[in-house]
Amino acid sequence: MAAYDLAVLGGGPAGYVGAIRAAQLGKKAVVIEKERAGGTCLNWGCIPSKSLLKNAEIYQHILHAEDYGITTGKVSFDFAKVMGRSRAVSDRIAKGVEFLLKAKKVDYVVGEGKLGADRKIKVKTADGKSQTIEATNVLLATGCVPRVLPGLKVDGKKVMTSREALEMKKQPKSMVVLGAGAIGVEFAYFLNSFGTKVTLVEMKARVLPVEDEEISDLLGKTLAKQGVTVLTDAAMESCTVSASGVKVKLSGKNAKTVEAEALLCAVGVQANLENALEPGVKLELDRGYVKTNARYQTSMAGVFAAGDIIGPPWLAHVASFEAIEAVNGIFDPKGQPKKVTVFPGCTYCQPQVASIGLTEAAAKEKKLKFKVGRFPYRASGRAVASGDSEGLVKILIGEPHGEILGAHIIGAEATELIAEVGLGMTLEATADEIAHTIHAHPTLTEMIKEATEAAAGHAIHI
Amino acid sequence: MGRPVGIIEFFRFFMAKEITMPALSPSMTEGVLAKWHKKVGDTIKPGEVIAEVETDKATMDLEAFDKGTLLAIAAPEGAKVAVNGRIAVIGEPGEKVEAVSAPAPTKPTAAAVPVTTTVSSSVPVSAPAPAPVASASGRVKASPLAKKIAAEKGVDLARLAGSGPGGRIVRQDVEGASGGGARSAASLFGGKPIAQDSTKPVSQMRAAIARRLVESKTTAPHFYVEREADAAPLGRLRTSANEALELAKANLRLTVTDFVLKATVEALRRVPSVNSSWEGNAIRQHGAIHLAFAVALPDGLITPVIRNAHAKDLRTIAREAKELGAKAKAGKLQPEEYTGGTFTVSNLGMVGVERFAAILNPPQAAILAVGAAVKKPVLASNGAVIPGERMSLTVSVDHRVVDGLVAGQFLKDLVELLENPGVLLL
Repeated sequence: MAAYDLAVLGGGPAGYVGAIRAAQLGKKAVVIEKERAGGTCLNWGCIPSKSLLKNAEIYQHILHAEDYGITTGKVSFDFAKVMGRSRAVSDRIAKGVEFLLKAKKVDYVVGEGKLGADRKIKVKTADGKSQTIEATNVLLATGCVPRVLPGLKVDGKKVMTSREALEMKKQPKSMVVLGAGAIGVEFAYFLNSFGTKVTLVEMKARVLPVEDEEISDLLGKTLAKQGVTVLTDAAMESCTVSASGVKVKLSGKNAKTVEAEALLCAVGVQANLENALEPGVKLELDRGYVKTNARYQTSMAGVFAAGDIIGPPWLAHVASFEAIEAVNGIFDPKGQPKKVTVFPGCTYCQPQVASIGLTEAAAKEKKLKFKVGRFPYRASGRAVASGDSEGLVKILIGEPHGEILGAHIIGAEATELIAEVGLGMTLEATADEIAHTIHAHPTLTEMIKEATEAAAGHAIHI
Repeated sequence: MGRPVGIIEFFRFFMAKEITMPALSPSMTEGVLAKWHKKVGDTIKPGEVIAEVETDKATMDLEAFDKGTLLAIAAPEGAKVAVNGRIAVIGEPGEKVEAVSAPAPTKPTAAAVPVTTTVSSSVPVSAPAPAPVASASGRVKASPLAKKIAAEKGVDLARLAGSGPGGRIVRQDVEGASGGGARSAASLFGGKPIAQDSTKPVSQMRAAIARRLVESKTTAPHFYVEREADAAPLGRLRTSANEALELAKANLRLTVTDFVLKATVEALRRVPSVNSSWEGNAIRQHGAIHLAFAVALPDGLITPVIRNAHAKDLRTIAREAKELGAKAKAGKLQPEEYTGGTFTVSNLGMVGVERFAAILNPPQAAILAVGAAVKKPVLASNGAVIPGERMSLTVSVDHRVVDGLVAGQFLKDLVELLENPGVLLL
């Protein structure tokens, strides 16, 4: 008999959450993590980057203190300390996850685990020892690693991915950021805020191309105003690295050559498969990601997968949801696990961008009947009082029933505001329920209500 | 981002103990909290009955394992709780307890530790629950959007099963339903609706019946073998035996079913391979006869089991059948009194049914359906048509286990015993 009911390969937001869920169901679970609990999210993604962005925000606030009537002297910063805070935050939270696993009685093995054809996991620990873990079920949650464009060689100094960039010791004077998705935009904002000359390059026509056009256009303009050189419709042709830095040749509408001290490649991620499977073990793939069925089962009996490794959207909160559903399904054969349909997406530059559901373009493409409600931050008392009057709340309301099709927010606290719409969509609230909910005054949340009323044509404050 | 796990809260909570829904029978997946005998604040001693729980089979007492004070009730009367789901919390008087309203089918630790993961992930402690739509109060749970679409399409929400959390009706449930407003025109007998539209939750027992019978009918290849027996000798013997028992002031009356049960035991003794079970890769022939018989209940039926019926005489079988039947009707059967049967008898003769075929009671290989003794013309041995009394005996058989000839032999022996019932008294 197998020693475990569930072995989880990977300790990120899918892996550790799935294992805890199994423990909650009374099952014996083990997490095998090659590095540190928390995965990309906690160690090399969401969390450390949010720490850096907060530093940038505070620095910007101080630089603009005069706007609030506060006079400062000469303001300076210590880049190494900025980076150091970010690592300390990750260290602290990783310990929290390890404590959680222990508290929930989940075994935790640090080592490089590989899944064999016999469904056994061979783990090699850092001290060279190896052990074999057997479980009735395996959850594959090894996530993704940054994708590197052909022609680039990551050296950690001149050419980096987000992982190396999170460990930068020295602030580059100038930086080319390839890819204006959430990661690229966040790094561009962070570095630009501290005075690095940033060129943000995006192959598609807009920054944050998955977001609603109106919102990403606004963000593109704002970033440009903040000093970022935004080059859209531009693809990297070649990149030459020299002692002084990088020279990036771009093609497309913005064909030119850009020189900088360093380059950050943030063009997406790819499944972390080869490190997870023994040679010869093959799982059916779909566009490079592990293919799973409605129960999160892979093509190998008893092996399930969740999180980034099963494909986009590569988001921690989606990964955790998938892992919980997958584990519920493993141990409750009668229950039907849910697949991800509606989820929020957030970018934490300033102004923040958050969205859920359909963009206006997608709703049109689906030939849905809908109305658009907009409410600008400058009409919100709370936003103006805080000095955050730049931004927009946009909500799509279906007709004739008034269901929420999607919401798109750019501005202060957008990433927090989106939660209300998410709950509304899950509960299938309509515009009426949002309008009939008394929102506290003055808060930014009032804008959700006003935008919803604007869609119906009777917003009070615009 | 966040704060470290709240260690103080963590330990404080664990001083209180949770009482969870026990698995009272092998097939039980959830139970209904039928009645509380204790209220919040009451002191509880180990072994004390604190509540009654309705399972898919019976209503049973719930005894406390620990002593303490009942601090909170998580499952009110009428609540459905999954096995291992939280029912109540006991602990020291005055101890503070976190909110315990929603019983979750999880281990005690599930909801106990405040979720303080510090990354952007959530740990919802929800279980998929395709549960009933109408709550105990009759309120229909539906999303605002579902209500609007239903109003437009003329769909009656009370007729729908919800696929949302907790059985809530959501958009797709309404869109999948056709309009249900139209009613047929008046007829000779009036055209009013025959009853008020209503949806009632499937009871534990109904759900168990549905599950087991669908499984049986769809997986066991049923075939049916039937014979009629001359019921006149049995009728005469029963009448005279009961008269004698009455004269003797014996506290016993024999029913037709009692005789059929005893005759079945003896027929099984002669053709023992009918007393078998299908086990997938093996056929288990049972050395003992544990005879199950169907008892109708207000919401379903149950099959109490007369254990070791092969070693019991008619009088013992009759007495036990009566006791078990009464217990079944009161919902007081213990699990061992309705599990482990090797053969089942179902008699619908008392409501005039002439013949019917029963669905196998898995894993048993056969079930006997008994019809009423019906007066009808029969051919005498000399060819003359004479008044007679006949009863049908239909045995449903799992063809994986028992073949036609064997089933026929069993019926032949059964008929012989019922037509010469005196031997059953010996």
